[in-house]
Amino acid sequence: MEKKILLSARGLSKDFPVSGKRRLQALSQVDLDIYQGETLALVGESGCGKSTLGRTLIRLIPATSGSISFEGQDISSMSEKEFRPLRSKMQIIFQDPYASLDPRMTVRDIIAEPLETHRVCASAQETTERVKELMKAAGLPAEYLYRYPHQFSGGQRQRIGIARAIALKPRLIICDEPVSALDVSVQNQILNLLKDLQAEFGLTYLFISHDLSVVRFLSDRTCVMFLGKLCEVGSTSELYEKPLHPYTRFLLGAIPGIDPRARGEKRPLLQGELPSPIDPPPGCRFHTRCPYATERCRREEPRLRDVGGRQVACHRWEEI
Amino acid sequence: MDEAITLSVRDLSTSFFSEKGEVKAVDHVSFDVPHGSIVGLVGESGCGKSMTARSVMKLLKYPGKIVGGEILLEGRDLVPLSERDMSLIRGEEIAMIFQEPMTSLNPVTPVGKQVQEAILQHRKISREEAKKNVLHMLETVGISEPEKRYRCYPHELSGGLRQRVMIAMAMICRPKLLIADEPTTALDVTVEAQILELLRELRDTIGTSIILISHNLGVIAQLCDYVYVMYAGQVVEHAPVLELFDHPSHPYTQGLMDSVRSLRRGDERLSTIPGTVPNLLRLPQGCRFAPRCPMAREDCRSCPPELSPVGDRHLARCPYAGR
Repeated sequence: MEKKILLSARGLSKDFPVSGKRRLQALSQVDLDIYQGETLALVGESGCGKSTLGRTLIRLIPATSGSISFEGQDISSMSEKEFRPLRSKMQIIFQDPYASLDPRMTVRDIIAEPLETHRVCASAQETTERVKELMKAAGLPAEYLYRYPHQFSGGQRQRIGIARAIALKPRLIICDEPVSALDVSVQNQILNLLKDLQAEFGLTYLFISHDLSVVRFLSDRTCVMFLGKLCEVGSTSELYEKPLHPYTRFLLGAIPGIDPRARGEKRPLLQGELPSPIDPPPGCRFHTRCPYATERCRREEPRLRDVGGRQVACHRWEEI
Repeated sequence: MDEAITLSVRDLSTSFFSEKGEVKAVDHVSFDVPHGSIVGLVGESGCGKSMTARSVMKLLKYPGKIVGGEILLEGRDLVPLSERDMSLIRGEEIAMIFQEPMTSLNPVTPVGKQVQEAILQHRKISREEAKKNVLHMLETVGISEPEKRYRCYPHELSGGLRQRVMIAMAMICRPKLLIADEPTTALDVTVEAQILELLRELRDTIGTSIILISHNLGVIAQLCDYVYVMYAGQVVEHAPVLELFDHPSHPYTQGLMDSVRSLRRGDERLSTIPGTVPNLLRLPQGCRFAPRCPMAREDCRSCPPELSPVGDRHLARCPYAGR
């Protein structure tokens, strides 16, 4: 099966200045491909750089170095003016549906805003019709057209965010923890919706989440990040079945199981705390928490290597 | 079987009086916490689990008020107690930890000092002795280099360490009851596993009874002995943990379990509960879950159901619940 690459990043790095002359390395030399029509999950703990990566990929924040190409065009070197027509092809859905909607705008205006900015419709009436279609696609009754965000529940607000994100028929949507703020029963409704919309509009998702159980349902492939670097990339089913990187193993093992009978089983617990991205440890960034670390891991940084259709950045993946 | 009960809550009702009317956040809730056990309160946002906890601590903010019921701590009713008497109980006999440890700690005081204040509040001991106690407790909750951490400010610590400090502060007087309100919700999953392990250890070694409040069935399954499921201010089902997970009987509990299990399996299509949690100001007449319930019949919409037995120590608020 020939898969077409939609977006590809090479050597992507992002630093943020912090107090003094120090720099916080949020992303360090990330290589990543996103294929057309797939859902690529990006998982990792808070502070690992997954949101920064999502935003850097669509140029919401500029990269410090590295290149990004979208549909074969190098977008990292484009001027803002050259890039603008492409912007409508990349959208983002945020975690907090309470904070990402303007409380003074009606639902109609919120969803219409991107349509008006990009002058998609000929008249205001046509815009309203299009907004109604989008609301229907996102599972919102059209009679809510002139309501304000505070009149909706969290799940419905996320639906508004989704309707707005698909308004310009984008190719790629960055979903940044879209269900983390929602209750379980509502979370599943939104995940089902995202899946339906993907099939209907041929969307590609980069699905960012700290919750590995959410990722399993939606994604074709999964990337695991640790401290600004990718440590494992592979098909979601394989990765869950047989995680290669020790960090992936701990991450999967830490999900609290829903069988109270299984709780006597000792789960492998990750020791220690996340090292600081301002002063990352030398060698493998995970070595300070890794029970398998050797002298080599402390000294030499492992590269992301291809191993049987997957990629893993660990010196000892074969032995452990 | 005669178990010693640490806390027994009887018919507790807590309301908020707003301009739009009375919001019954907690509506005739009863539950028991046997000595040395971990009891879970589970439910979605707005179900009243946190308000139940705050009522037990009598930490309700205006316009919230306990309007009925009893809160018996080893047989002594806390409801009629004055704020002064209550402040002697808080921290000493019942302590609480919250979801977001950053907002519960004082940002301008070293964390060790804050834990020390907690013990000096209740014990007449010297500062040196208090400090010794604090260092020991910091070690007990798994903080390495306690001398060094003692002098740290909250912002210098990670979320996991802050939650450990909160737990140390709560446990310093060795309370009979610890209320943990979503203690791991703000934490990463690897840190969550550590904190859950710590809570279990504290129960085993110190013998503190714990009320664990969570929206996460996984967390409940890992830790609790007995579980109460809440919906729209009421307890809708309760049972020992194995019984509840093996035989969820209320359609809401079943819906929650199906949602989580289907997600974990990675189903093609996820199970959901349709609709959203009702507004407490406009509660349905009959069963509060009826508008979302796949099994609802005509009488469900008119006649509010009572909690009734469906198994051994297992009750559900649904006439059609069952086996």
